[in-house]
Amino acid sequence: MIESDFITINVGPQHPSTHGGLHAETVLDGEHIVDVKVHLGYVHRSVEKIAESRTYTQFIPYNSRLDYLATHLPAMGYCQAVEKLLGVTVPERAEYIRVIMAELSRIASHMLFIGSLAIDIGATTGLIYCFRDRERIMDMFEMTSGQRLIASYMRIGGIAEDLPEEFYPAVKSFLDDLPYMLDEYNNLLTGNEILQARLKNTGILPADKAIAYGVSGPNLRASGIAYDIRKAEPYSIYERFDFDVPIGSKGDNWDRFLMRIREIEESAKIIRQALQDLPEGEIRAKVPRIIKPEKGAEVYHRIESSKGELGFYIVSDGSEKPYRLHVRAPSFINLGVLPLISRGGKLQDLIANIATLDPVLGEADR
Amino acid sequence: MYQELKERLLKNWDGKIEINEGKDFFEIITQSEILFTLMEFLKKEFGFNYLANLCGVDYGEKFTMVYHVCRIPENLKVCVKADIPRDNPEIDSLTCLWPAADFQEREVYDLMGIVFKGHPDLKRILLPEDFEGHPLRKDYKAV
Amino acid sequence: MVLEKDVKMLEKNNIIVTTLEKIWNWGRAHSFWPLSYGCNCCPIELMASGAARFDIARYGYEVFRASPRQADLLIVAGPVTVKMKPVVQRVYAQMPEPKWVLAMGNCAISGGPFKDGYSVLPGCDTFLPVDVYVPGCPPRPEALFNGLLELKAKVLGQR
Repeated sequence: MIESDFITINVGPQHPSTHGGLHAETVLDGEHIVDVKVHLGYVHRSVEKIAESRTYTQFIPYNSRLDYLATHLPAMGYCQAVEKLLGVTVPERAEYIRVIMAELSRIASHMLFIGSLAIDIGATTGLIYCFRDRERIMDMFEMTSGQRLIASYMRIGGIAEDLPEEFYPAVKSFLDDLPYMLDEYNNLLTGNEILQARLKNTGILPADKAIAYGVSGPNLRASGIAYDIRKAEPYSIYERFDFDVPIGSKGDNWDRFLMRIREIEESAKIIRQALQDLPEGEIRAKVPRIIKPEKGAEVYHRIESSKGELGFYIVSDGSEKPYRLHVRAPSFINLGVLPLISRGGKLQDLIANIATLDPVLGEADR
Repeated sequence: MYQELKERLLKNWDGKIEINEGKDFFEIITQSEILFTLMEFLKKEFGFNYLANLCGVDYGEKFTMVYHVCRIPENLKVCVKADIPRDNPEIDSLTCLWPAADFQEREVYDLMGIVFKGHPDLKRILLPEDFEGHPLRKDYKAV
Repeated sequence: MVLEKDVKMLEKNNIIVTTLEKIWNWGRAHSFWPLSYGCNCCPIELMASGAARFDIARYGYEVFRASPRQADLLIVAGPVTVKMKPVVQRVYAQMPEPKWVLAMGNCAISGGPFKDGYSVLPGCDTFLPVDVYVPGCPPRPEALFNGLLELKAKVLGQR
């Protein structure tokens, strides 16, 4: 009889596949995972405390630094939460431009997901292709806001600037090329036998567990629950667009990977419709220069970010600064499920599990 | 649905809870002692299976815990609030009802210093173990 | 004692007189091996600079190492928090000499927008010897390349 002992391996916080400062303390029996402890907080930047000392307008750029992969989405969520607090209606044109920007951000984020998943499990080429295509979205963000990665484009009551002329041909040619890009990813990755072997039937997350653990976004839909806040509780003008909510069947890594590819297609559909219906008009509502919501007002506003349900809980005390601002970060809560889906699997599956849960640590740690 | 929920709630806990309708979320203001039974009721009887969000707010003399609970995919949503006295910040943990509460309660413990009774592993999550104080409290002063 | 005149004559015959240190530094400056370390938005620009459009390999700095023991350049990309500080210190200590530190982005330089908080250190130069600062939030890949070329000049002794 051979006696064996458990060994503990620290994956992270300095590890190329942990998407930042994630630390997974892994207990192994041979190659099999007995337990995973998730340690967070390596990128905890006290954003919620800083919010209490900033005015409502000053806090806008911080949002993009939460989820920097999908820069416009958190800023949009925050601005809408404050607008709800104030009772401001955003002009039509601004809503459409917001939706276009939000969906472009989602595509950028999902492209990075595909690229980083590829490199995490050893396919470096995948990263190169995805970044090549993602650069075109970065160019569009630069055109509109002057900044590539972290754009501060959303404003309370609308957006900062109208779209420049050169934006329209850029977005159109991007949308026209998108099917070819996806074809390339599919040929390179989706049809790849090694990738399938690595992802299929690993990291299975059953639907009931996914709900109980508060998992949201594409990870929840991969488990077969058709819950998308854009459909369930349409914010902005999402009820006007015709798009599908792709769902998976099993909730394994493979489903979570496919979910992203299909969501890129759906986002492209939304952008096309929004560009077609884009009305002329104002881009910003009349909002007082100093924003003071009434005393005791509070709001919980949530949007479907590229990672899941991104919520902002804001309490006002009648001053120009939020009394309390809490961010419901989808990455943070999605990571809670990592031990569950990793237990019993092999060590190499852990890397795929982290990659397909798609945590962005800036948001998880805030 | 909300009407039935309201009737059942008032039948069970009349006088102990307060209900606000007409907001974004159906709001229930309750006391920290009955929070767990009320949440268990919401989950078991009405199928609120998804704990979306929980956070604490420091109101000076008291803390308020705010829970946003949903039923998905139908998207029924309830907001539950419970006050906690500042000198004894304790409340029941909801981890056994929704495992989603695990990380979020640890975060509230870490940043706000609220103790969750019955939490399996109540430790700091975002700040290092040897950090002093709870920074999201209004009286926190950085050293 | 080598005279200027003798050196000239040797060069004519394809013999170069130099010091070993100079030769090594010439090699080091043309191929830094950066450690792939980062914890916020800046690493995304770091990844972008390694990818197709910007292509860090043009300068010979594409060999990103996962292990600090094989790297000689620590690019501190992103804020250093109180919890991360011991990790960065340990990573830096594990790197073999000679080694350089590049502070990328406002957070690594001064704490950036998060300096007011309770958990972000006011810059990584509070505990690391930083050679080059690359400002920006986040810096563009071109700015990073400029920083790397500055570091190259420093290593070659031109700065």
